[in-house]
Amino acid sequence: MSSPKLDPVPSHALPSQVVKADEPILVAQAKAGDVSAFETLVNRYERKIFRLTQNITQNREDAEDAMQEAFLKAYEHLGEFEGNSRFYTWLVRIAVNQALMKLRRRRPNVVSLDDEIDTGEDIIPREVEDWGPSPIERYEQTELSEILSKVISELDPAFRIVFQLRDIEQLSTEETAEALRLSVPAVKSRLLRGRLKLRQKLNQYFRQGAKL
Amino acid sequence: MKCKDVVKELADYLDEALDPTLRMSIEEHLGNCKDCRVVVDTTKQTIDIFCNSEPAPLSEPTRERLHQALIKRLRRRP
Repeated sequence: MSSPKLDPVPSHALPSQVVKADEPILVAQAKAGDVSAFETLVNRYERKIFRLTQNITQNREDAEDAMQEAFLKAYEHLGEFEGNSRFYTWLVRIAVNQALMKLRRRRPNVVSLDDEIDTGEDIIPREVEDWGPSPIERYEQTELSEILSKVISELDPAFRIVFQLRDIEQLSTEETAEALRLSVPAVKSRLLRGRLKLRQKLNQYFRQGAKL
Repeated sequence: MKCKDVVKELADYLDEALDPTLRMSIEEHLGNCKDCRVVVDTTKQTIDIFCNSEPAPLSEPTRERLHQALIKRLRRRP
């Protein structure tokens, strides 16, 4: 058996933002045993998967473990991936499962995703102020990242995880529902509340005159 | 259409998942209601900011541990 050629820490990580057109080719090559093709997929998605597991678990150690387990499981079950969805969507679903297991283990009293969300809550926004100049122009990238991490960490997990999958990972409503084993109306309800709560939290930073 | 009706449909409106009649009703309301326009605009900005945010690079130790774990697993593959 030849040793795998995986470079422990390649210095040429690919940008992780875009799902590239070569993904199906890389997956096919990886399924055929090409380790370097799987390496390329790992390099491409490791940052996004870590952000996903970090946002779900809110714990760095759990996030790292969940990310590792997600990539290992993806590799082990690659033969079962039939290409009915994007590889990245499949990987996200594995990572979500790993991260949720960590979250529930550490915080057993956390609101279950299956729980009914109180729909009696008044969702009409109370703070209605325009934001003025674009937040991206007003804040340095690092500062903006810290603000986004802070406000999303303050969100109830039931809203945070749906927002993460739907608006950050760009899964469809149906894919999000399937990944979280929720109904489509439940995803829509949580998404609306999550978006409105985040908007309200960001208001303190982005409203006109709020820049420090 | 009232403001609370706009808010209830906001997610589908922003996702362009509404039927044309309902969409037109919302847009008619938005034309006359500054508060709702602000809510729609700032909610859209909220989504855009998160959607366009780049994930931070992994720290070198985290990356090293991930790749070492993968190498260990890949060596077991027949």
